[in-house]
Amino acid sequence: MKKVGNQTIVFDIPPTVLETACIGGPKEANGPLAKYFDQVLDDEFWGEASWEKAESKIIKETVNRVVAKSKISQGKIEYCFSGDLLNQCISSGFGLRDLNVPYLGIFGACSTFVEGMGLSALFCNTPIANYALCATSSHFCSAEKQFRFPLELGNQRPQTSQWTVTGAGSALVSKSGQGPFITSFTPGKIVDMGIKDVNNMGAAMAPAALNTLIAHFHDTGRSPSYYDGIFTGDLGYVGKDILSELSLKYGYNISSNYNDCGVMIFDKSEQDTHSGGSGCACCATVFSGFLFNQLKQKKFKKILLVATGALTNATSAQQGESIPSIAHAISIEI
Amino acid sequence: MHFGYGGLICTIGQLIWEACKQAGLNQEICTTIVSICLIFISAFLTALNVFNRIGKFAGAGSLVPITGFSNSIVSPAMEYKSEGYVMGVGAKMFTIAGPVLVYGISSSIIVGIIYAMFGI
Repeated sequence: MKKVGNQTIVFDIPPTVLETACIGGPKEANGPLAKYFDQVLDDEFWGEASWEKAESKIIKETVNRVVAKSKISQGKIEYCFSGDLLNQCISSGFGLRDLNVPYLGIFGACSTFVEGMGLSALFCNTPIANYALCATSSHFCSAEKQFRFPLELGNQRPQTSQWTVTGAGSALVSKSGQGPFITSFTPGKIVDMGIKDVNNMGAAMAPAALNTLIAHFHDTGRSPSYYDGIFTGDLGYVGKDILSELSLKYGYNISSNYNDCGVMIFDKSEQDTHSGGSGCACCATVFSGFLFNQLKQKKFKKILLVATGALTNATSAQQGESIPSIAHAISIEI
Repeated sequence: MHFGYGGLICTIGQLIWEACKQAGLNQEICTTIVSICLIFISAFLTALNVFNRIGKFAGAGSLVPITGFSNSIVSPAMEYKSEGYVMGVGAKMFTIAGPVLVYGISSSIIVGIIYAMFGI
């Protein structure tokens, strides 16, 4: 393991993404990637009394599923990295309280999944761990309740707003294995270009994604064409367009192999999701479901996953603060 | 278009008013009954998860009349029921309607004072 350039970590013995699992909500079940979920839910409550409890159950069951699929006994998993959007990351804390694995709560807003995967890879690249797990979740209803308005309120959502993905994704990283391998990790810097509109997270986060992309290409000496696919976490249609335009301006043409998980997870014309999906589970479920499947089938051989997060909350938004954003990148190759 | 939907809701109110008038009630009671009916219908549709779908296409048309006010009180009450009846429903019920009440009442007092002073 070594640091290259200013901020990228390259793994000389790259850890393997051993197994992934994801569970999605009812809207995701009608989306274009529905068949890649391990399970989809009929309703948002999943038999629980509140949305918060439902979200905890989703992350708990997702982690149980990844452990079961990997056929590794739970006792062998040495560390778990997890986080979510609810205050003090209660979905992760409550959902994983019975896991009995050393737990490291992390918060990177919607970039949490890649942050967790990067940290899992780091731990597995040292003598301290053979297996590390990462998981994240989000829930449309609990997120709307915390950040926006009651669901039953008859207001209108702006066209730039995004739809929080209900679900959870989890990945088990192993020191050795047959791949797909996590070959590098580029932790991002906080970027704030002064966007204050909480209904336009894509525009707020796109400059952060650009900053991390440029850092990754600069540090590793790779160009966008090195990858079969570059996937951002949840920029949505608005942010995707901004990033495509900005990266071209900075000399990186990503137009042929770039897509965004928030664009991919919903059908915009059928599902009324406006600028696309968002939330921790957006990048987590698209990677754990669709992208991991494509890597296993060798349809993608080299991908760059750039999860984006808006480091804001309801109080800062009401106080008129702008939205500091972040993006973390990992390259995954077979 | 939203203007049209707002007009439709007001027409429904007017029909209720005319029906009350036909039944021989005085004007003040008719007006009160219209408000009660529209508030009830809006609250009922909110509870059935229908009002937000109307709001999706009716926009300000369903928000501006008294129906929107009813919806703005019932929806947080429903949303925060999981936090209990006191700190959930009770405390959060006016999170959206609260500012309207505060500034609506405040401005009516100011206008009232001006009216009393100058008798316009």
